[in-house]
Amino acid sequence: MPPALPWLAGSAAGLLAWGLAYSQLVPVSDGLAGLLPLQPGSPLAEAARFFLYDAPKVLLLLTLVVFGMGVVRSFFSAERTRALLAGRREGVGNVLAALLGVVTPFCSCSAVPMFIGFVSAGVPLGVTFSFLIAAPMVNEIALGLLFALVGWQVALLYLAVGLGIAIVAGWVIGRLHLEHWLEAWVRDLRSGTATLPPAALTVADRVRAGLEAMRDIVGRVWPWMLAGIAVGAFIHGFVPTDALAFMMGADSWWSVPAAVAIGIPMYSNAAGIVPVAEALLGKGAALGTVLAFMMAVIALSLPEMIILRKVMTLRLIAVFVGVVGTGIVAVGYLFNALPL
Amino acid sequence: MKDVKVLGSGCKRCEQTAAMITAEAARLGVEIRLEKVTDYAAIAAYGIASTPGIVVDGRVVHAGGLPKPDAIAGWLG
Repeated sequence: MPPALPWLAGSAAGLLAWGLAYSQLVPVSDGLAGLLPLQPGSPLAEAARFFLYDAPKVLLLLTLVVFGMGVVRSFFSAERTRALLAGRREGVGNVLAALLGVVTPFCSCSAVPMFIGFVSAGVPLGVTFSFLIAAPMVNEIALGLLFALVGWQVALLYLAVGLGIAIVAGWVIGRLHLEHWLEAWVRDLRSGTATLPPAALTVADRVRAGLEAMRDIVGRVWPWMLAGIAVGAFIHGFVPTDALAFMMGADSWWSVPAAVAIGIPMYSNAAGIVPVAEALLGKGAALGTVLAFMMAVIALSLPEMIILRKVMTLRLIAVFVGVVGTGIVAVGYLFNALPL
Repeated sequence: MKDVKVLGSGCKRCEQTAAMITAEAARLGVEIRLEKVTDYAAIAAYGIASTPGIVVDGRVVHAGGLPKPDAIAGWLG
């Protein structure tokens, strides 16, 4: 068994290097922006500055957040979460499922096996949905980037509201008793639960899990991130403030449902959408509208519905989208009405 | 002859897991029969909730994420 010390020391050294790099962000990106042959203050120069400042910042944050969460997730597994949720009463079960959704390892590629594994082992349908809503929506990338780009207040709001929607929407779906709208083969499946040998992870294993998550996730989402920052830079430099305040301002009653309707079919990783949200907020878009748009993009998407179609009928998918979408719209209105 | 099944519906990690097992078996000189189970109902019947899963001689030994190489050696030994 490898001793823990070199891994802990290595992690500390990595964190130190990270801190150094982060502290040099402003001078480096200012220096780079100064090299561009652009007239200071022009829209293109503003867009370029936004891009040059955000790209390294988001990349650094993404790396740290994904590493940290990789280590945290090594303490959880889908099987252990399922054991905690099986046979749980609704209410308490929904709250627990939403919380566990944040920390349990989850990937959309294993959403279907997880859904079947939960339901067939006696986790109530509504509780399963609370998990399935929270897991993609309230993730470390969205929270970490909101914290750094927009502010801790908005990150905290997003966490609370995301959990709230997952809990309430799951509870509502559970109350509707829609088990008969699952695909028949899923409904009839009564599998046992496998007893796995204990994983017995060492400190080295957990640091390795963090590094593995970092390589995997940063390697997968960096194109989303760059695309999102490019869109954010365009908004920052070129979109007139008046037009945006009209379209996404708190005074336009239709802006929240419109933002949600546009956001639902869209898919983007959180790393792509937060820089867009940052630029929108900077241009005077209302907080509720931006949060609603962000949540709709991250929590509901066409690719996800196509995956879920394998285990549930269109009617159940429609209820799922309807309930979650309504929750997001309500949250949007709520935050637009608050004097924040 | 060890009977090994990799449970997972063709995700990237499932492919990687199968490749790791094949490589480890070759390294140890253990003969295995490797089967990929991709049907969702069949996967669920093994009682796991995350993929890839690994079944050795009918016993579930792993679920979720890539296995550790030394753990594979343990299952095959």
